[in-house]
Amino acid sequence: MNNIKRYLGLVWMVLGPAGIVFGVQQAIRELSASAATPPTQETYTFWIIILAIFVPIAVGMSLMGYYAWQGDYDEIS
Amino acid sequence: MATTADPTPVAMTTEEKKTIRAVILASSVGTLIEWYDFYIFGALASIISTKFFPDVNPTAAYLSVLATFAAGFVVRPFGALVFGRLGDLVGRKYTFLLTLVIMGGSTFAIGLVPGYASIGAAAPILVLLLRLLQGLALGGEYGGAATYVAEHSPAHRRGYYTSWIQTTATLGLFLALGVILATRNAMGLEKFGDWGWRIPFLISAFLIGISIYIRLRMNESPLFRKIKAEGKTSTNPLKESFAHRANMKMVLLALFGATMGQGVVWYTGQFYALSFIEKTCNIEFVEARNIILIALAVTTPLFIFFGWLSDKIGRKAIMMLGMFLAIATYRPIYQAMYRLADLNSKQEITAQTRNTVSNARVEGGTQITTVVSKVFSDGARYKETSKVIQPTDVSAPVPKPVVLKELNLSKTGFWMMILLIGIQVVYVTMVYGPIAAFLVEIFPTRIRYSSMSLPYHIGNGIFGGLTPYIATRLTTHLGDPYAGLWWPIVIAGLCLFIGMIYISNKVDQNVAD
Repeated sequence: MNNIKRYLGLVWMVLGPAGIVFGVQQAIRELSASAATPPTQETYTFWIIILAIFVPIAVGMSLMGYYAWQGDYDEIS
Repeated sequence: MATTADPTPVAMTTEEKKTIRAVILASSVGTLIEWYDFYIFGALASIISTKFFPDVNPTAAYLSVLATFAAGFVVRPFGALVFGRLGDLVGRKYTFLLTLVIMGGSTFAIGLVPGYASIGAAAPILVLLLRLLQGLALGGEYGGAATYVAEHSPAHRRGYYTSWIQTTATLGLFLALGVILATRNAMGLEKFGDWGWRIPFLISAFLIGISIYIRLRMNESPLFRKIKAEGKTSTNPLKESFAHRANMKMVLLALFGATMGQGVVWYTGQFYALSFIEKTCNIEFVEARNIILIALAVTTPLFIFFGWLSDKIGRKAIMMLGMFLAIATYRPIYQAMYRLADLNSKQEITAQTRNTVSNARVEGGTQITTVVSKVFSDGARYKETSKVIQPTDVSAPVPKPVVLKELNLSKTGFWMMILLIGIQVVYVTMVYGPIAAFLVEIFPTRIRYSSMSLPYHIGNGIFGGLTPYIATRLTTHLGDPYAGLWWPIVIAGLCLFIGMIYISNKVDQNVAD
């Protein structure tokens, strides 16, 4: 079980940056001038809120992955 | 999680039972009122949008309010940090008294802010600032109340006693919807829309006064008094909580393995469900709230049941089962809700269909109101009101009509809808009932308030609080009425997976560490 916890740590470490990249891509797609519908003030507000709060959370996810990879959660059973 | 101590239950004396009841009452009443204060804003979002956030497009106005609503949730983690630190430094009792005063004052003040028509842009700015203060206060309240009750509770009944705190969020919503409906019915729709909506905000001052009186008579938590007397309180709770690896790893685990999933299940069952039946199913305003109120009333005792059960079989087992059931059944439940309100599947009694058109002179033109009323063979009734202003200047463009769709379900449909929402609230009671005890048990007394408040409010405030906003957005963008469910399904799925792998099901008997 401890090995599973550790190897899954790598997944969480990757999931954090992957989440940030996905979020930024979505924001660029919706806010770009070539978007199907022109971005409104509400669209800007939405993406500013989403990125500002979810980027630190994604960093936290990677940190948890790092701790798991290092075996910090091994003793919890 | 710490090692399990002797689990042998020790019988409580009559005096101890009396004390714990008073502790639960003092904590729960205050927390309930804070939730009430917080919810009336969201429940009156559509009226507030017209008073403070005017816009030619009602959807844009509604989204502006939702953004404000989200702002109220987003600042909750900051409240958790500010008041969590204070609670670990000076004590639980005075900190959650302070949050109560800030919350009550902000709510009362929202009820007094003049509308946009009177003071212009200052109105939405004031409302936004007061809303942020509400969010800050709420961020500090819950951790204090849960910690306070848990630190008074015997080990073998911690889940049961803290579950009373867990009922307050639902009862707060219940109270908020009840006060709004009662005021609306007593005053009539016109007066309520004009100024009566302020009454639920103003009532808060009275409720907060009662709660402050009760809380002032309580003593500080015995565990906190003990570590304070021994000089063992933390000098820098935030640093100890979030900069020390041994504690930070538990903060992250609490967030990603428990509160994140719990938050989305909670807000889907209680808030997105209301938004879905009102906006997607077009259920009439009062009927939509009656459905939610009845579902909440019937299922709320289950918070206590699952809290009690978590003392017997562990916190994790119940929380994870709740998340699993939610993930597995959300789509079929929402499909069934949609079918109940789908007019295409109903047989219209065409002889009873009414179509009326009326004109009224308004500023800049003539308002044409068209009302179509339909009755269906199962007893359901549908009314569609369309209002459009025909400008006096014939060269001016005709604005888009404002259409209001209102469906009153048949008797069977009404009770079926309650059942479908009730099932979702059962999931809420499973994930939320044991969580206070779970969070209290994984952090030490000296930094408990700070440590448990942050993951709770990120999980609930951000992941949960943004659920109606993100789900509504997904639905609008993808054009699928069920697309919004992907948010709770994916988040709860990830949380379930992490929780199953990393979290222990053992109940930590010793929280005096």
